[in-house]
Amino acid sequence: MTINLFLFYAFASVLVIAALGVIAVKNSVHAALLLVLCFFTTSALWLLMQAEFLAIALVLVYVGAVMVLFLFVVMMLDINTEPMREGFIRYLPAGVLVALVMLAEMLGLMGVKSMAVEAPADPGGASNTAWLGKALFTNYLLPFETAAVILTVAVVAAIMLTLRRRTNTKYQNPSRQVEVQARDRVRIVKMPSASQISAGQAAAAAAAKEATP
Amino acid sequence: MITLAHFLVLGAVLFCIAVAGIFINRKNIIILLMAIELMLLSVNMNFVAFSRYLGDAGGQVFVFFILTVAAAEAAIGLAILVTLFRNRRTINVAELDSLKG
Repeated sequence: MTINLFLFYAFASVLVIAALGVIAVKNSVHAALLLVLCFFTTSALWLLMQAEFLAIALVLVYVGAVMVLFLFVVMMLDINTEPMREGFIRYLPAGVLVALVMLAEMLGLMGVKSMAVEAPADPGGASNTAWLGKALFTNYLLPFETAAVILTVAVVAAIMLTLRRRTNTKYQNPSRQVEVQARDRVRIVKMPSASQISAGQAAAAAAAKEATP
Repeated sequence: MITLAHFLVLGAVLFCIAVAGIFINRKNIIILLMAIELMLLSVNMNFVAFSRYLGDAGGQVFVFFILTVAAAEAAIGLAILVTLFRNRRTINVAELDSLKG
């Protein structure tokens, strides 16, 4: 048994046990953490296949972003998991039966013996990333740009879905703040000065004196 | 040496575990989403294995796109989940019956 084969069996057993844990544990937070373990071991298995770029991308995208999002949502929502466990025992035999039948069918379909081919020399040569990048930016350029559009749409959709305007809350409207003019805020009131006031009083007194006779 | 069959069998086992997970966790949407991620992972494993053993870059490029779409799917799915919880105060699948389906 070579060291590679030993590593494969070690990682594969961790992966299968962690996957079984994801679907079996009670606590959703534990399930999410076990799923993180799944992604890490899968990344190690892909490194064994010399797919370095995808292995690192898996850790960055899944462990770094998607699973953090999962954990965030699981911890933010106050979920009572007890009623969700009902039917677990009831559906367990059906689930295991379907899974085993599917596994038998898949293995029969693949023909394990006929697939027992050795790996050819690494087609990527020294750099898997350069090999992948050349394919990505020549033959697959249009799908690559479509993927960028999909990500943008997903960001906009996720923000619009969770955005809410609450009533009864005070909030600022930045566009109205920047278009405000000085005359909207400052009102200049003409007030008579002190000398004008005394002159006005004298005139009023004179007018009153004229009016009395 | 590790052969192609090793990775294909591992992918098949992982996929079947995810299918069993969808069957037995029918009430919890979050675990259902995690089982879907496991399925995508097993499919990606097959893609990478075939790409490596056939010497074709197309398989790994496809895994790249699957990762992109899966990230978008998880983001939108969790956003829908948060909105759902805000409106109904529950994410139990058995209680989400306002469509009377």
